[in-house]
Amino acid sequence: MEYWLGVATLVGIYMIAVLGVSILCGFTGMFSMGHAGFMAIGAYTSALLTKILPIPIFAGVLAGMLTASLVGMIISYPTLKLRDDYFIIVTLGIGEAIKLIIQNATSITGGARGLADIPKGPNVVHVWLLVVITVIVLKSFIHSRHGRNCIAVREEELAAQSVGINVFRYKMEAMVISCALCGLSGGLLGHYMHYLQPNMFTMVKSDELVIMVILGGRGSLTGSILAGLLLLPLPELLRFGGAEEWRMVLYGFLVVMVILFRPSGIMGTRELTLQDVKTFFRRLPRKSGKEARSIDRKE
Amino acid sequence: MFIQQLANGLSVGSVYALMAVGYALIYSLLNFTNFAHSITVTIGAFTTFFFLTYAMENLFLGIFAGILTAALLAAFIEFIAYRPLLKRNARRVYLMIIGLGISVMGDNLVIIAFTGRFRIFPVNFPSESIQIFGSNVGLVDILIFVVSMLALLVVELIIRKTKLGLAIRSASYSLEATSLMGVDTFQLILWIFLIAGSLAGVAGTLLGAKYTAYPSLGTFYTNKAFICAVFGGLGSLPGAVVGALVLGVSEAMISAYVSTSLRDLFAYFLLIAILLVRPSGLMGKSSEDKA
Repeated sequence: MEYWLGVATLVGIYMIAVLGVSILCGFTGMFSMGHAGFMAIGAYTSALLTKILPIPIFAGVLAGMLTASLVGMIISYPTLKLRDDYFIIVTLGIGEAIKLIIQNATSITGGARGLADIPKGPNVVHVWLLVVITVIVLKSFIHSRHGRNCIAVREEELAAQSVGINVFRYKMEAMVISCALCGLSGGLLGHYMHYLQPNMFTMVKSDELVIMVILGGRGSLTGSILAGLLLLPLPELLRFGGAEEWRMVLYGFLVVMVILFRPSGIMGTRELTLQDVKTFFRRLPRKSGKEARSIDRKE
Repeated sequence: MFIQQLANGLSVGSVYALMAVGYALIYSLLNFTNFAHSITVTIGAFTTFFFLTYAMENLFLGIFAGILTAALLAAFIEFIAYRPLLKRNARRVYLMIIGLGISVMGDNLVIIAFTGRFRIFPVNFPSESIQIFGSNVGLVDILIFVVSMLALLVVELIIRKTKLGLAIRSASYSLEATSLMGVDTFQLILWIFLIAGSLAGVAGTLLGAKYTAYPSLGTFYTNKAFICAVFGGLGSLPGAVVGALVLGVSEAMISAYVSTSLRDLFAYFLLIAILLVRPSGLMGKSSEDKA
C-alpha cells in the first residue's frame, strides 16, 4: 500500500510539470527541450531556503516557483521574437547549464553527490490537491482571452499578429506559467524525496515531459493528463535492469508513430468530458480521423 | 602551452564544424533543425570501433566504414520519417518532434545494444607529438584538423562545382522554384541528408579516435555543434565553420587557463549572449520567421 501511495505521489508531482509543459507546447505551440532545468531551479531553491532559513515548506516552494519563472522570463526574452529553433536551443542550453552549475557549485548544492536532509513535506493528498487546483486554474486560463490568444498564436502566428494579438506577450505568459509549474513540481519533488541530485533533471527528463504532451495531444489538458497517467507510473513499475532504456525506446517509437499516423495524439485539441466517458461506455465510438488531421496542415 | 591549446581547440572546433555544417545544410534547404543528427554521429563512431575491432585493423578503411554507415543511416531516417511529413506538407514543428523521437529512440537503442561502456579504438592516430614553436603539439590534433578540413573542402567543391551543388544552392533560395526548374526535390533532399550524414560520420569517427566511443557522444557534441550553427548564423555554411572554430578554440583556452568545469557552461553563455546582441549570428541572413 505504501509503495502504491509513493507511486501515486510521484505521478502527481510529475503531472504538475507535464501540465505546465502542456500550456507551452500544446497550447502555445512552443517546443522546449530544457524544462527539467526549471524543475531543478524550483527544487534546489526551495530545498536550500528551507534548509537554511526557518521558513515553512510552502514558502520555500513558492520561492522556487518564483525563481523558476524569473529565470524563464530572462532567458526567453531575447528569443521569443525569433524563430522557434532559437527558443529550442536556448531552453536546451539553460537546461544543461543549470545542471552544470548545480554540479559545480559543490559547496552550496552538494554537487553531483546530491543534497540530503531536505525538510520532509508533502504527502499524496497535498500533491493531488495541488494537481486539481492546477487543472482548474489552467482550465480557466485556457478559456479566458489569454488562453484563446495563446491558441491563436499556435495556429497561425502571422494571422494572430495581424488581428492585433501581441504574440510576444502571450508566448511569454505561456512560458512563465510553464516555468512556474515546473518549479512547483521540482520543489515538491525535493521535499517528497528528501534528497536531490542533479541527475534527476537531465535532458532525458525534459524530453519526457514534451513527449507526454505530444502523445496526449497538443492542445488538450485531458490528453496530457491521460498520457501522464499512462506513462508516468512506468519508471516506478519497471525497476529492473535495462528497463529504463527500453522505456525511452518505447517513448521515442510512440512519438514517431504518433507524428506519422496520428499527429493529434490521443485527444487532439479536444477535451475529454464526462459526457464523452458516458458515450464511450454506452457504445464504443468509431473514431474518425478527419478532425484529427485538420490541425497538422500548414496551408 | 598556448600553441598546444590552440591546436587542441582547432581540432575540436573543426569536428564541431563538420556537425554544424550538417545542421546548416539541412536548415538552409528545409528550414528545420534536424534533431536526429546526433544518432548518426554516435553510429559513425561505433561503426569505426567495431570495424577496427572485428574486421580489419586499418584506420583508413575504418573511417570510411563509419562515414558510409552514418550517411546511409541519415538517408534512411530521411526516407522513413521526414519524407512522409514533407510530402503532406506538415508543419515544421512536426519535423522537429519526429527528429527528437528518433534521437531518443536511437540513443537508448545504442545503450541497449552496446552498453554504456567507453570504448577505446584498438587502432588510432599516432600518439606522438611534434615540436612547433617550442611547444609540443599532438599529432592527433593536427591529423583531425586536416581530415575535417579535407571533408569540408570536398563538400565545398560539391556545392560550388557540380550540378548537384547548383541545385543545392538554388534550393537554398527557394525549394519550390527549384522544383519548378525540373529538379527532383525529394532526390535532392536525400542527397542533402547523405552529405550531412557523411559529415556526421566523419565527426563521429574523429571524436571516437580523440576520446572514446560511448552512447551519449552524439548528443553531447551535436548540442555544441547546434550552438556553433546558431552562433555562426543558422543556415549559413561559412558561418557554421567560423562559429565552430571560434567555440572550439575558446573552449580549449577556457579549460586551460580558467577551469575545466566552466568549459561546457561557456558554450551556453555564449549562446545567450549572441542571441541578445546579434540574433542572426555572425554571418546569418535573417532570424525572423518567414512564416
